[in-house]
Amino acid sequence: MVYDIDTNIIITTEYLELKTIQDMTPFAFSPLRPELAAQIQPGDIIVAGKNFGCGSSREQAPEIIKALGIRCVIAKSFARIFFRNSINNGLLLIENSDLQAAVQEGDTVTVTVNQDIEHAGKHYAITSLPQNLVDIISAGGLVKAMRKLNGLE
Amino acid sequence: MGATIIEKIIARNIGAESVKPGQIVTVNVDRVMIHDIFIPFVADKFEEMGFTKLWDPDKVVLIYDHLVPASQLDDARHFKRGNEFAAKYGMKNVHRSDGICHQLMTEAGYVKPGNIVFGTDSHTTTYGCVGAFSSGIGYTEMASILGTGTMWVRVPETIRVNISGKLPDNVTSKDIILTLIGDLGADGATYKALEFAGDTVENMTVASRMTMANMAIEGGAKCALFTPDEKTAEYCEITLTEAETSLVGDADAEYCQVINYKAEDFVPVLACPSQVDNIKPVKELAGTPIDQVFIGSCTNGRLEDLMAAAEILKDKKVAPFVKLIVTPASRKIYREAAANGTIEILSKAGAIITHPGCGLCCGRTGGILTDGERVVATNNRNFLGRMGTSKVEIFLASPKTAAACAVSGNIAEVE
Repeated sequence: MVYDIDTNIIITTEYLELKTIQDMTPFAFSPLRPELAAQIQPGDIIVAGKNFGCGSSREQAPEIIKALGIRCVIAKSFARIFFRNSINNGLLLIENSDLQAAVQEGDTVTVTVNQDIEHAGKHYAITSLPQNLVDIISAGGLVKAMRKLNGLE
Repeated sequence: MGATIIEKIIARNIGAESVKPGQIVTVNVDRVMIHDIFIPFVADKFEEMGFTKLWDPDKVVLIYDHLVPASQLDDARHFKRGNEFAAKYGMKNVHRSDGICHQLMTEAGYVKPGNIVFGTDSHTTTYGCVGAFSSGIGYTEMASILGTGTMWVRVPETIRVNISGKLPDNVTSKDIILTLIGDLGADGATYKALEFAGDTVENMTVASRMTMANMAIEGGAKCALFTPDEKTAEYCEITLTEAETSLVGDADAEYCQVINYKAEDFVPVLACPSQVDNIKPVKELAGTPIDQVFIGSCTNGRLEDLMAAAEILKDKKVAPFVKLIVTPASRKIYREAAANGTIEILSKAGAIITHPGCGLCCGRTGGILTDGERVVATNNRNFLGRMGTSKVEIFLASPKTAAACAVSGNIAEVE
């Protein structure tokens, strides 16, 4: 299982200035696996080892993952800036250290939000998020939460 | 019950007696820094959120450094959007070509001991060198701070790192922080604060402490803290208050981990491709041929770094086929290095001296490499594809080691 997937692997600096997130998505994960972005289907789940999203603060990283149609990332642990950026953009992250040993690329994994992960008939527990983060996610991300604060939603 | 430095800073900020790790609190932000790569995104999000004014324009600093001077058309678009945003919302603290954001934030006096500061770059942990709690965030959170002046944080656990004794010759604070990251692992301090203490640290310059605080993020840390002392006061051009000198980790504070080092045990090391925690002694890799050397960045582009390199390069020549690129971290450093003869020594040895800024560190400007090439660099990351293709091998080192490698044409220890 790969670990320490840094944000430069998710999107290298040279593509960070393309005008839109959609323009950047074909280059996602290119330093590690150039073919991967084209293979990702909406509804896919990333399962990774420890320290996913380490490195630069680039928020394009979770935005691109979301734009590729990935619904959630399950990792042994997440780097802190990536964690905050994902919550603020409504990308679901789940910390779990047991699934990695069992799962293979291409397997089907089912996530029931706030409940559990299911893989090959086995269920894995999900720990719950602190309330302030749940509030941001339920508002639809930080931009919407702030719009609400400013009386726009 | 005592408190760690980060617990003291957060408790004072929110007006509480004390805070405990794990607690989620809302802090009042003393200063924010936005850099050129993210300003268009911050500006767009700020307006999309429905804000019409900045919470305090004087507390906002905008710095162009990663893309200066523009080498692609998109770079110029970032500057234009930044300038429009600064003018529209009355921002005066804008640096368009003065150097790297993390150098300027303390050098230009924006950050003081005990402050809480957020920046859009991950190496914002740097300002812990003067005893400030500073950390990196994304552009959406930055936009929300610009409107509200507040931010939620989880009070972190603290890892205490004690270092005592005298460092061997040719071992620098860069070797200490690389060794620590190797020992902790790239995620060993995730969500946590690092607190440095001991006479080795007390005897260090603020510049050397800056190198260590800068790289705290490479161990996953939220921040890194040094107790403000007389050197801090001199560097910040302030007289320390009692509140500032009391930013000490108490003997009875609760630490999640305590690590003790003897300064005499450190050796010159390299972070080998392609993880910052892949640490090996320089000696083990001696003789490996290299193609380029980079001395610069917010980690090691300060005057003492350039002078350390110059001491080794004096009356010597950079090896044939090796390009040595030297990038001072700020205009102030550039001018000081010019005035004291450092630039002359480096240039005479064959170095390419560039304008101040992030330069090659983020692979945006002159010096990118191709498949199979090796570079020894003094910056903070050696990730795949950071300085050119994903088949470039990046070795991170101190300025002294980097200079020795430039002369040798191979990975080499200082003679």
